[in-house]
Amino acid sequence: MDGALLPRPAPADDPMVPRTFRIERRVAEVDGCFTLTLKATDGRPFAFQPGQFNMLYVFGVGEVAISVSGDCRDLNTLTHTIREVGTVTRAMARLRPGDVIGVRGPFGRPWPIEEAYGNDILFVTGTVGLAPLRPLIFEVLNRREHFGKVVICYGSRGTHDILYEKQLHQWRGRFDLQVHVTVHSAPSGYRGRVGSVANLVKIARFDPEHTTAYVCRSETMTRPAVQALHDRGITSDRIYVTLERNMKCGVGFCGHCQMGPSFMCKDGPVYRYDTIEDIFTVREL
Amino acid sequence: MVAIEGLGRLLAEHPFFTDMQPDTREIVVGCCANAHYRPGEFLFKEGGKADHFYLIRQGTVGVEVHVPGRPGVVVETIGEGDIIGWSWLVPPYTWSFDARAMDQVRAITIDGACLRTKLEANHELGYELYKRFIPIMGRRIAEARLRIVELTTEPSRD
Repeated sequence: MDGALLPRPAPADDPMVPRTFRIERRVAEVDGCFTLTLKATDGRPFAFQPGQFNMLYVFGVGEVAISVSGDCRDLNTLTHTIREVGTVTRAMARLRPGDVIGVRGPFGRPWPIEEAYGNDILFVTGTVGLAPLRPLIFEVLNRREHFGKVVICYGSRGTHDILYEKQLHQWRGRFDLQVHVTVHSAPSGYRGRVGSVANLVKIARFDPEHTTAYVCRSETMTRPAVQALHDRGITSDRIYVTLERNMKCGVGFCGHCQMGPSFMCKDGPVYRYDTIEDIFTVREL
Repeated sequence: MVAIEGLGRLLAEHPFFTDMQPDTREIVVGCCANAHYRPGEFLFKEGGKADHFYLIRQGTVGVEVHVPGRPGVVVETIGEGDIIGWSWLVPPYTWSFDARAMDQVRAITIDGACLRTKLEANHELGYELYKRFIPIMGRRIAEARLRIVELTTEPSRD
């Protein structure tokens, strides 16, 4: 797209008007997933907090909510890892460096960090759930001195479906980080773990009475993850989960993402588990 | 006798037996043996006679499915402190999967045929053992079901 034809930069205070970002880099991740690195066409920085999401707009196609997956300290680069699941994300998958997309955001409540100071930290996630957690992992590592043990429990479908595999290898190489990875199945001769993420929670080393857990899984898989954490003695008030609904406006106007009294786009997507425990398994919501 | 005493201690240290009354546990010790498996060595193979179960003391065992003409598929790994094998409890006492050491594995093997005889004679022992086996079986079935759910809801490479 010609730069002269780009829409004018949106006022910073109007959450309904997208800013334009140019795709600097596209990385194919595991099959069905890709990462876009974006730069604002107006050159202004973009600030967000770990756990927040943006509404990404493919011009002429539509808009979709995607969590930011990059480092929140890098104000000049916006990173999103996207899974192809619908019309918009499939159109997004066809974009290439130089193309321009619209970005509204950031929206939603972030993962809390200061509340976990002094505690061990446990990340529980699987497949593409690592993407929304990655900014938080970066930030915890940036503030490493404030935490005790830091543990990542990650599961994927197979040995070829491990998202950010190089990054996980790098993290595993650190002396101050436990990284446990499991897959659903593997070819004979594979030397890693095979089984559920819940099993990783069982073997991870942390102090259950002083641990804060961050869970980013599909809603169905969040339930067994939370159960595994409860089994280890982590109480609901120290467990944070993320939920997803069909977010549209991003600012709590349209009601598409409402769950009971809560609008996930502004009250979530991150929740302390004890605040939603009562409605989490209510199917009608 | 020294070896039996050693096995009794090892049995008591394993999470599966640790909370069992010592005199009940003592009955099991007579059916136990110490075992060591090298990486790649099979503990048992699908279709074979299921006459043992295994308390893993050290190392990791892969539960595999044999695929003709292709490498086997590991569907679960069992590690230290866990147990593997319940086909010895259920007729016709044949293994449904392969189990292979993924690294150096130290285990206590328990002779299922020996134990079945004792369970028939001592129902209290039977109750104590089933009380321990059934939650593990239930947990693994639940995990397998959840993994099916996850496989149908998460992205695929296939």
